[in-house]
Amino acid sequence: MANEEILTVDALTLERHWTLPDRGKVGIVFLIITESVLFSMFVAAYLIYLGKSLVGPYPKDVLDVPILATICLLSSSLTVYLAEHALSKNELGRFKFWWIVTICLGLEFLMATGLEWKKLIYEDHLTISTNLFGTTFYSLVGLHASHVTVGMIFLLVVLAVTLMGFPIQTQFRRVLFLSWYWHFVDAVWVVVFTVVYIIGR
Amino acid sequence: MASIDYPLDRPRQEEEAHSFSESLYSWVATVDHKRLGLMYVVSALIFLVIAGIMALVIRMQLMFPDGHVVGPDTFDRLFTMHGTTMVFLVGMPMVAGFSNYLVPLMIGARDMAFPRLNAFGFWIFLFGGLLLYFSYIGGGGLGGAGSAPDVGWFAYAPLTSKAFSRGAATDYWALGILVSGAGSIASAINVIATTISLRCPGMTLSKMPMFVWVMLVDSWLILIALPPLSAAQIMLLMDRQLGANFFDTRAGGSAVLWQHLFWIFGHPEVYILIFPAFAILSEVIPIFSRKPLFGKPAMVGAVVAIGFISLGVWAHHMFAIGMTAWSNTFFAAASMLVGVPTGIKIFNWTATMYGGRIRYSVPMMFCCGFLLHFLVAGLTGIMLAVAPFDWQLHDSYFVVAHFHFTLIGGLVFALMAGMYYWFPKVSGRLLSEKLGKWSFWLLVVGFNMTFIPLHFVGFLGMPRRIYTYTADRGWNTINFVASIGALIQAVAIACFAWNVLYSLKKGEHAGDDPWDAWTLEWATTSPPPEYNFEKLPVVRSGRPLWDLKHPHDPDWKYE
Repeated sequence: MANEEILTVDALTLERHWTLPDRGKVGIVFLIITESVLFSMFVAAYLIYLGKSLVGPYPKDVLDVPILATICLLSSSLTVYLAEHALSKNELGRFKFWWIVTICLGLEFLMATGLEWKKLIYEDHLTISTNLFGTTFYSLVGLHASHVTVGMIFLLVVLAVTLMGFPIQTQFRRVLFLSWYWHFVDAVWVVVFTVVYIIGR
Repeated sequence: MASIDYPLDRPRQEEEAHSFSESLYSWVATVDHKRLGLMYVVSALIFLVIAGIMALVIRMQLMFPDGHVVGPDTFDRLFTMHGTTMVFLVGMPMVAGFSNYLVPLMIGARDMAFPRLNAFGFWIFLFGGLLLYFSYIGGGGLGGAGSAPDVGWFAYAPLTSKAFSRGAATDYWALGILVSGAGSIASAINVIATTISLRCPGMTLSKMPMFVWVMLVDSWLILIALPPLSAAQIMLLMDRQLGANFFDTRAGGSAVLWQHLFWIFGHPEVYILIFPAFAILSEVIPIFSRKPLFGKPAMVGAVVAIGFISLGVWAHHMFAIGMTAWSNTFFAAASMLVGVPTGIKIFNWTATMYGGRIRYSVPMMFCCGFLLHFLVAGLTGIMLAVAPFDWQLHDSYFVVAHFHFTLIGGLVFALMAGMYYWFPKVSGRLLSEKLGKWSFWLLVVGFNMTFIPLHFVGFLGMPRRIYTYTADRGWNTINFVASIGALIQAVAIACFAWNVLYSLKKGEHAGDDPWDAWTLEWATTSPPPEYNFEKLPVVRSGRPLWDLKHPHDPDWKYE
């Protein structure tokens, strides 16, 4: 039975050195992949229907480049990283500060989108049913804005439980994955911005 | 069969008696992957019976010329609901059910990576299915126009626009499938994370059972292929509810965009559906041939190749819409290319059987049925990939016969093999071999009797989706024979259902390992305890139970 003993010892060393990727990381990465496919379909629809509108208003007449909102959203990627980095160092005060900054930047972006839509609807009379530009614009930008909103809800939940005294550093992995989702939403905005406000005009 | 004591074995626990409400609660609130897997499979079987009855009514209507069983409107709803149910509420939950039950057991894990997400996936899928069927009541909408969806399972624009699809039926179709699709995405992410992150010590990717490999690639395909459908359905709902113009040609929109989005999903989808069959065959054939799977690396390569090539063949469903010659050529060539890895798989299963000590138990018989039917289906598929040939037979019964050969002759036969093979693990009892052989032969006869003739009625020009035909077209005999075959298939399925119900109560006790198998799910009790393994196993080869049973000649010495 010496053979079996060797087997057991081998098995024990095998067990000790056996590490696999974090399941949460795998989960969030593949969620991002499948979301990217969803977005790419709407981006494709936008590009296919570019310039195919039969009636106005057209993008070049009514769209303004949302520079401030874009700066806000892109820099929120940096601030969410700073927050998550502070949390990994267990510096709760700095975490809270950067987390709140991230939320403010995100809210500013959402507000800018809201104001832009208000102007388009009330002043330029562009709705989703006006023409193909309206159809594809509101669906693509709306899909992105809804993702920002979902991310915002999660950010606010984390903030709320932190302020209520919950030891958020015990949930570092989840905060990390949330920040990855936020980076993804930002990256999508780069694509949407390029397609809608640069190529599209 | 003599049972061997494994170090992983533990004595079976006696079930405690529960009241009905307690056991109902325990099923509704469960996050156990085995229970969720079972619920997926059972709800898929229930939907299979419902959609099967629809198919029977369709066949009865077409049995004789000028049939009067149902009217044209009902007929449209029947084939729409039959197709939609079979694809989204039978095929998809079968994928999720089999992978949920078996993947954690096979890789030596205690549960899926995200058990609660898993429960969410099942319930949202079921909710989507019920939402679709609620259309029979609510589909009329406020105007009372229409009932269940009647736009075909692919719901081509502009038939789905407000003008042509009144009432809310089409909205139910889009919403129901959109919602159950979210369940499929949840389940696919779960399978991927489980496979990557929860393998037991020693189980490297190369030692992972073929079943798990196929399900991993299947989940990948779900993640890539389902969002295009979701996007299309969101656009459709926007068109119908908010007045958007995606598929409205009067505003410059394009009906062809729907076809592209639908088939970007639709073609990978047929591989998503057939992959569980590949997975089951790759486990059952080696066990019943007493040989390891032939050329496993080539099998893995083939399945990964399908996982990518199948994403680029969708427009072979659209040869008839008038694409450019270059597009036709590209998609015809890509469609033939995807036949190559499939051919590798058929070759390797046959090579596994070659020279083996084959046991013709019921699971193996169903596998042999699969191989022959799927070969025919593959060959008619190659025929349809030739664009000019497709122009002749597009939307004819030849196409119907082709994909029913893949989905019944292929998928259903493989699922039967899987259910006969794993039923002892799930229930602790064997299914009756005698009833199993009856259901096998009845299904072989009935299936071929229905679908071989339908190829020829397609050649004779019978189009799909017609609700009746006149007596002078020369289609009478073939349709009559096909309908008789459908009845025989129904008897075969009834035989299987009776077998399950009978064997649950009175079947022979199976023991832990009735088939003398090699993968980890047979190393625990039948049925497995909630935590699967008392001690997480450690594996050293692709056939861990072979190593345990043959300590002097283990596999890992050669790997």
